[in-house]
Amino acid sequence: MTFNRRTFLGSAAVTAGLLAAPMVRAQGKPRVVVIGGGAGGATAARYIAKDSQGAIDVTLVEPTRTYYTCFFSNLYLGGFRDMQSLGHSYGTLAAEYGINVVHDWAVGVDRDAKTVTLAGGSSLPYDRLILSPGIDFVDGAVEGWDLSSQNAMPHAYKGGSQTELLKAQIMAMPQGGTYAMVAPPNPYRCPPGPYERISMVAHTLKEVNPTAKILIADPKENFSKQPLFEEGWSDNYTGMIERIGPDFGGANVAVDPLAMTLSIDGDVNNVDVCNVIPAMKAGRIAEIAGITEGNWAPVNAADMSSKMDENIHVLGDAAAQGDMPKSGFSANSQAKVCANAVRGALTGSTVFPARFANTCWSLIDTNDGVKVGATYEATAEKIAKVDGFVSQTGESDDLRAATYQESIGWYDGIIADMFG
Amino acid sequence: MLARLLIVVFLGAAGISHAEVGGDAENGERLFRQCSGCHQVGEGATDRIGPHLNNIFDRPAGAAEDFRYSSGFQRAASGGLVWTYDTLDDFIENPRRLVSNTRMSFRGLSDQKDRDDLLAYLRQFSASPGNIPEAAPTAVAVDHEVAPEVLAIIGDPAYGEYLSGECTSCHQPSGATEGIPSITNWPADDFVVVMHAYKEGVRAHPVMQMMAGRLSNEEIAALAAYFESIE
Repeated sequence: MTFNRRTFLGSAAVTAGLLAAPMVRAQGKPRVVVIGGGAGGATAARYIAKDSQGAIDVTLVEPTRTYYTCFFSNLYLGGFRDMQSLGHSYGTLAAEYGINVVHDWAVGVDRDAKTVTLAGGSSLPYDRLILSPGIDFVDGAVEGWDLSSQNAMPHAYKGGSQTELLKAQIMAMPQGGTYAMVAPPNPYRCPPGPYERISMVAHTLKEVNPTAKILIADPKENFSKQPLFEEGWSDNYTGMIERIGPDFGGANVAVDPLAMTLSIDGDVNNVDVCNVIPAMKAGRIAEIAGITEGNWAPVNAADMSSKMDENIHVLGDAAAQGDMPKSGFSANSQAKVCANAVRGALTGSTVFPARFANTCWSLIDTNDGVKVGATYEATAEKIAKVDGFVSQTGESDDLRAATYQESIGWYDGIIADMFG
Repeated sequence: MLARLLIVVFLGAAGISHAEVGGDAENGERLFRQCSGCHQVGEGATDRIGPHLNNIFDRPAGAAEDFRYSSGFQRAASGGLVWTYDTLDDFIENPRRLVSNTRMSFRGLSDQKDRDDLLAYLRQFSASPGNIPEAAPTAVAVDHEVAPEVLAIIGDPAYGEYLSGECTSCHQPSGATEGIPSITNWPADDFVVVMHAYKEGVRAHPVMQMMAGRLSNEEIAALAAYFESIE
């Protein structure tokens, strides 16, 4: 879709006029509450506060004071990053952008009264609510595993303490021991993530425990960047990694966190580390708000508004939006479209057409980076892919090293875009 | 007749070539005088301010041994830039279009005939250079400069600010350059030239080709206006 700017600005002006008229407020500034301070929520809060220049009152609800990114946490497992480098505070968002940052859990949403209830008991009124709660896990997705098992068998699919626990378990493996992963079914956060993790665990084991084995039970026939990962595994971690796909029972698994066993199609394996990444769903607050359908919250592509409630927007992993993968980059991209639309609705500012992009970098071994990306636009039905690319097998060492350097630059870039 | 038709179709499919063929090497030697302050070519040529140009055809960019290249050149080289007739033609026309921050201080040769002549001269110092376009009777010179009317579009900085959200997922407004180059405070014309080079696939980076590929002329102008304006 190409836009002629003149016709576009004309239509936007009409839209803004229609939306702006009823928003004359009897008292105070319009209020936006954002739940979740990750790539979607922090970006949305920052852009609304920054671009409205004080005309909108922005509150960001996030339980943790230091946010540890899930993206790049695999590099911590591989020894390429320390945990401190993945932690970020909300100080700049509060001090420089005037965002009211509330460290609490959101436990209720009253859509009629337009209020959010916090675990601490207080209530936040909103004109627009933005939910960016990330993921939770589907109960009963992996037989024998529930959240109470996460200390014995970590998912490490939210950044922070789970990642540290998994790393500690890997380092404590006996020589020649087995690291097992139960990979998730689609759709899930960060499609290449489990396979980058395998690469990074293999990198660490190759250094500290070279006779160790890696076993993957995978319910999916195929996975993101598969030829690139398989080439890298074969070249760099020869004989170390075994993946059992659905043809051989990879979807039929059960775990016993006390006995530390993983059964694949009835075949019991004793393992030393069991990284269970269960099937995922939208973060719980989306379900509590009553805007989910199945596991995810359906949204309109043009402004990321919920299909169930025009005053609620959903960003990132929690949203069912169409073609974009669930990634931090996607959430950040969606947040900027949403921020522009919310600001337009509340203050009458120009609403520009939605446009989205995503790129996911993965590290296979030292200086061996690959990437996949695409651009997207909003259709009436969904976010639809426009164009894309993926790294190729057999690329030169220089190009792979440059791709890795680029990923480091991207990390710094998106962090600056989220946290100011 | 059929054979000739096939050749034409083949050349068309291979995308060859905007450059005319069979330049005048003698005139090229005269033109090379404006290069020779920095570059040597021929017997005994060595690196000076710029690298020597012997066997430049088919050489990967940034590959002259012992020459210290600029960061822009290193970036272009890691992106897979190889010197062919076409890439040399692009580079000589406007060096910044292909390689940002190159230390090669040269405004470019805008005349296609001059470039063909210069390349005909340089070709003599490359051993069996490949990828030299054979004469295609249908070859039409394509002007790779950005059209003046496109450069003259006045960008809307407010729209540019919105569009810039697509850039700032990776490029930092602070101007930090580690891993990903800075895009702030560029002269608007340079910004436009470079974005069109990505859009047309002359520059090799897949992310940037994709991002620039769907930007209209007005949108590129708006981004240029915005990034030129921010502190």
